[in-house]
Amino acid sequence: MEKLNVLVVDDEPGIRSGVSRILNNFSVSYPFMDSDYGFNVVETSTGEDAIEIIKKQKIDIVLLDNKLPGIQGTDVLEHINKNQPEILVMMITSYASLELAVKATNQGAYDFIPKPFTPQELKSALENVSKHIFLRGMTKKLNKEGKEIRYQFLSVLSHELKAPLNAIEGYLKIMQEKQAGEKIEDYEQMIDRSLHRINGMRNLIMDLLDLTKIKLEKKTDKFQQIKVSEIAQNAIESINPYAIQKDVQIFLHDNQDVEINIDPGDLEIIFNNLISNAVKYNKQNGRVDVFIDKKDNLLIIKVKDTGIGLSQNEIKNLFEEFFRVKNEQTKHITGSGLGLPIVRKILDIYNGDIQVESEVEVGSTFTVTLPV
Amino acid sequence: MKIMGQGKKVILIVDDDMDYLFQMRMHIESFGFEVITAESQREAEKIIENTKPDLAIFDLMMESDDSGFILSYKMKRKYPDVPIILATAVSSETGMSFGVNTQNDKQWIKADLYLEKGIRKDQLHKEINKLLKI
Repeated sequence: MEKLNVLVVDDEPGIRSGVSRILNNFSVSYPFMDSDYGFNVVETSTGEDAIEIIKKQKIDIVLLDNKLPGIQGTDVLEHINKNQPEILVMMITSYASLELAVKATNQGAYDFIPKPFTPQELKSALENVSKHIFLRGMTKKLNKEGKEIRYQFLSVLSHELKAPLNAIEGYLKIMQEKQAGEKIEDYEQMIDRSLHRINGMRNLIMDLLDLTKIKLEKKTDKFQQIKVSEIAQNAIESINPYAIQKDVQIFLHDNQDVEINIDPGDLEIIFNNLISNAVKYNKQNGRVDVFIDKKDNLLIIKVKDTGIGLSQNEIKNLFEEFFRVKNEQTKHITGSGLGLPIVRKILDIYNGDIQVESEVEVGSTFTVTLPV
Repeated sequence: MKIMGQGKKVILIVDDDMDYLFQMRMHIESFGFEVITAESQREAEKIIENTKPDLAIFDLMMESDDSGFILSYKMKRKYPDVPIILATAVSSETGMSFGVNTQNDKQWIKADLYLEKGIRKDQLHKEINKLLKI
């Protein structure tokens, strides 16, 4: 087990010994971490001492009270930021001084923990910091190996995965405590919602798999000369059951029997994402038209819908990972926010392009071009 | 001004996760409060226009990344005495903790309490009572 060194700076002996007691028997583990994290606690009552300790030994996390006998917590924070910015500082603060805590986070404190805190609160705060330290370490390692990985992506991802987990966990707790009645029927809606959230999570994971499958270079060994309309037809068939539910009709138009040399899996992902979006964000009795065309050595795929449309601002962000259009009409539509970023990534590999035209309340047209 | 819940304290909960909203409503109603909910910043702003709750719980990221801050600001301006809880799972997850960058933004954070989502039910009850001085 890896040990993180935690320095507790507080002039109340009770707080120091409390923290030591709680953390000495506590470890953090996540399914995605290679090893668990345990904690070594170092204590001191003054800011001056804290600075000395930090100079002499390796400290990962500082739990810092602001009100100290000599120099104040914010002074220690300033020192750490200037000299050892890799140390994560958590301010311990009373509820009354929330404004100070916010100020501290703006000055570089990682987070704050309100006092008095329960053992559980301390533990979850430490869980978050350890995860942060782990992800930071991993990002560094991967960067060293020359792999491109973005911390922002990982953290947003962990948030996206956590939201449905929280929701499902919440429902399960309610059921465990039989808070809504004795019969299973009393929980029907909660079970439905839990399944729905699980489904959303599954889609997110599938999209993530797609995203990781996309390599930065062409996988020429998988290239095949294929008829574009066949792939489109497959995609339409797989989406059709959903389209029928939503009362949307899909039409395919291909007059030229266009062929292309491509990894069929990639083309399938493109069609799946564009057509399922066109259905998802459509209106009742709407239609989706898929046009396949060829012009000057370019394959042109157009997916046109009669849906809710997009504002200029939304179009701007559409290809950002995890971006989702949020409004009254979309609030019950689930999605990972990864579909279009995936499409864009694939097109980049093939030197292709994607354009969006849209009118709010009228519909959107996505146009993909690929060199043949 | 609407007069609400004869005697019962009214709590406004705003969150764009309908499951979280449902669960919070259930818990808080079981504490004996009356609950009104909104699923977006926009919807909440409409409610605040003519309803004064006794306490408000806001999610941080809704239509925009700082919807919770904006709501807190507007709420405190209209009803300075109504306590506000900002409930979010976002701060330590994303490293964007309190992503306020400009001086102007900094003055916006007007919440009385900041809570991580997933807080235990009894603890939530305690915090609400504390803020309502019950």
